[in-house]
Amino acid sequence: MDFNLSEEQIAIQKAAEEFAQGEFDPEYATDLDRNRQFPLKIWKRASELGFTGIHFPEKYGGQDLGVLENALVVEAFCRQHSGVGMALGFSDFGSEMILRFGNDDQKKRYLPPITVGESLSSLAYIEKDQMEEFSPFNTVAMRRGDEYFINGNKLFVVNGNLSGPMVVLCERNNKETNGQVALIVEKNSDGPAVAMMAGQVGMRMVPMVSITFDNLAVPRENLLGDEGQGRFQFTHFLSEMRIEAAAMGVGIAQGAFDLALTYAKQRVQFDQKIASFEAMRNKLADMITRIETARLLTYKAAWDFDSKGGNTLLNYMAKAVSAETAFDVADSALHIFGGYGYIVENQIEHFYRDARMVNIFGELGQTQRILIADEIIGKI
Amino acid sequence: MDFELTQEQKKIRDMTREFAKNVIVPCAAEMNRPGEYRKEIIAPIIAQMASLGMMGIPFPKDYGGGGGDWVGMHLCIEEIARGDVALGALLDVTTSAVANEIYTFGTEEQKKKWLIPLAQGKEIGAFGLTEPDAGSDTAALKTTAILKGDQWVINGSKQFITNIGLDNASIIVITARTRVEGNDKTTVSTLVIPKHTQGFTLGQSYEKMGFHASITNEVFFDDCHIPKDHLLGDINKGLSQHLSVLQTGRISIGAITTGLAQACLDEALAYARQRYRSSSVLKFQTIPFKLADIAMMIELSRTMYLKAACLKDQGKNYTLEAHFAKLFASETAKKITSDVLNIYGLFGSLDEHPVSRYFKAAKLFEIVEGTSEMQRLVIARELLS
Repeated sequence: MDFNLSEEQIAIQKAAEEFAQGEFDPEYATDLDRNRQFPLKIWKRASELGFTGIHFPEKYGGQDLGVLENALVVEAFCRQHSGVGMALGFSDFGSEMILRFGNDDQKKRYLPPITVGESLSSLAYIEKDQMEEFSPFNTVAMRRGDEYFINGNKLFVVNGNLSGPMVVLCERNNKETNGQVALIVEKNSDGPAVAMMAGQVGMRMVPMVSITFDNLAVPRENLLGDEGQGRFQFTHFLSEMRIEAAAMGVGIAQGAFDLALTYAKQRVQFDQKIASFEAMRNKLADMITRIETARLLTYKAAWDFDSKGGNTLLNYMAKAVSAETAFDVADSALHIFGGYGYIVENQIEHFYRDARMVNIFGELGQTQRILIADEIIGKI
Repeated sequence: MDFELTQEQKKIRDMTREFAKNVIVPCAAEMNRPGEYRKEIIAPIIAQMASLGMMGIPFPKDYGGGGGDWVGMHLCIEEIARGDVALGALLDVTTSAVANEIYTFGTEEQKKKWLIPLAQGKEIGAFGLTEPDAGSDTAALKTTAILKGDQWVINGSKQFITNIGLDNASIIVITARTRVEGNDKTTVSTLVIPKHTQGFTLGQSYEKMGFHASITNEVFFDDCHIPKDHLLGDINKGLSQHLSVLQTGRISIGAITTGLAQACLDEALAYARQRYRSSSVLKFQTIPFKLADIAMMIELSRTMYLKAACLKDQGKNYTLEAHFAKLFASETAKKITSDVLNIYGLFGSLDEHPVSRYFKAAKLFEIVEGTSEMQRLVIARELLS
């Protein structure tokens, strides 16, 4: 057992913290949040410095590092600003589908532009009336000759309006075998019809769009892996993504806590600093204890992924604990600010809204529990 | 014991429920868009509420009221808040706080002058207590009022003021440190300041997380002169007078958050009834059990605020009950809105979805009119005294 981060990991963490402190201007971030804009400038700068796709191999533009290092970066970013941090964290959303299951040509073509801040990646999987990730898709990819033709509608496609590769999960319309296919679609002028969705409660800098595929032709070489593997690839991706989402939750909780602690030590009521009240001290103690618990579980899940290939049960637990911690801590933090906390310019309310999304996006808390129970109970 | 509402109370509840459903709900999404306060949508709704007599329910008819009681008033507040919480909060401030304060402490002349238009809803009142350094610690106020001749001269500011930004807001009742010119003795008093007095400035409205159908401003008093007779009640008891009407306000927050939670349950049931049946509960429990908890918590919130209102109508002490109602119902509403957001998932998080609106609004009520901590503090003091 060794709970220390390596010197390199500490250096990465510090670099990410310093970058975030220097580049995430709160007023600018509030504008982006208000107008639902992706932080393009900050993302380009972060990518120039190598923070994007840190877990990709060097030959695809990455730093040859692991999911834990990526988690450290995402945590540091979210700690400084929940909205900017989530947007940067999700800038390569879905790219792991290509990283883990693409062939060398696909990786060479699509991954390096992501790491240098030239393209944002997307993953289209959510559909209307599809309340969990494991139900069949209505979007269909029909193969004719050397091309697939996609028909269907995907919702909540992260970064779907910005240029870059988009992995689309489809049912394969083929009578011989059942199964799903993951296809890479390039979003360009010939691409599918994209419409911005109404804004979400939080993570408003992450653009989410609705995409309609009307017989969109995709060359056969854009298939990830083999036909019929889409479901497995996606399940694997979700498992990996839970670790990143958990890291976001830890960062958001820590960032909200930092602000609340500072405020509690300054704000005077009843002739004393409010941090001197026992009820307040209990609250702060609970907050930091929960953050540390979530962080431990998140790091353990990341470490397991990097060293042993991943443990889905740990990932479920890390995501659930971290998402709930993020919201409860952000809630307490806003509360400590009192009426000021509810006002946008005081920079705490976005933590509250963004924290809530950690639980909602990806999978809901109740779904995590169902998955954990499936895993531990097995067939009965 | 009698848990039955009177005919009059039922009539108020049912009428308000219909009004909220037909008039408020269709506009609720639009009037909650962030950005500019949507006066053109909201003001006509407020005017209709006034013409239906909602602002004056508990006051005698002689003062422009409906001759009803506080149970009826709060049934009305709950149903209005079920349509939109901001309009429930408007009633809380103008009726439960301001009109109530003038009714309780005002002279006959003051009631004729200020209570009647408030009770009729022709004018709207605002309540000024919080200052930058006086939040939970209400006694730390710095605003001053000096009596010079027959005029009070007021200097200072109040913040988070609901309603004052409305066009027909007429007065703000504030606490100030008062003294008579030439005399060093200061005390805290309550004063009524007409909105258009010289030296009164309306600050910018705040950009809030949610609750956009309510307008909230900071206000400034800069050598603001008002006549001597604008003092309300006892010159030495301003703070306790001002805080005493918040006791009623706490019942109102209980009613508002009950309405908010009920609106959330309405949404959750609309969804759940499509996916679950009574017969399937043995198979699926996660969401149905959640619904059971939600319904139970709402009924407890409602019963608590009604008990407090009922005690108030009977002239009995309702201190503990008002605190219980505020604390329990507001914390319950926040939890419920968050739970229901999880039932709807990403779809519920969208701006156009009512649940996202409920979620952003709910947090506020754990803070306003005494944070949860202040409720616990007072309850604990009562228990230990």
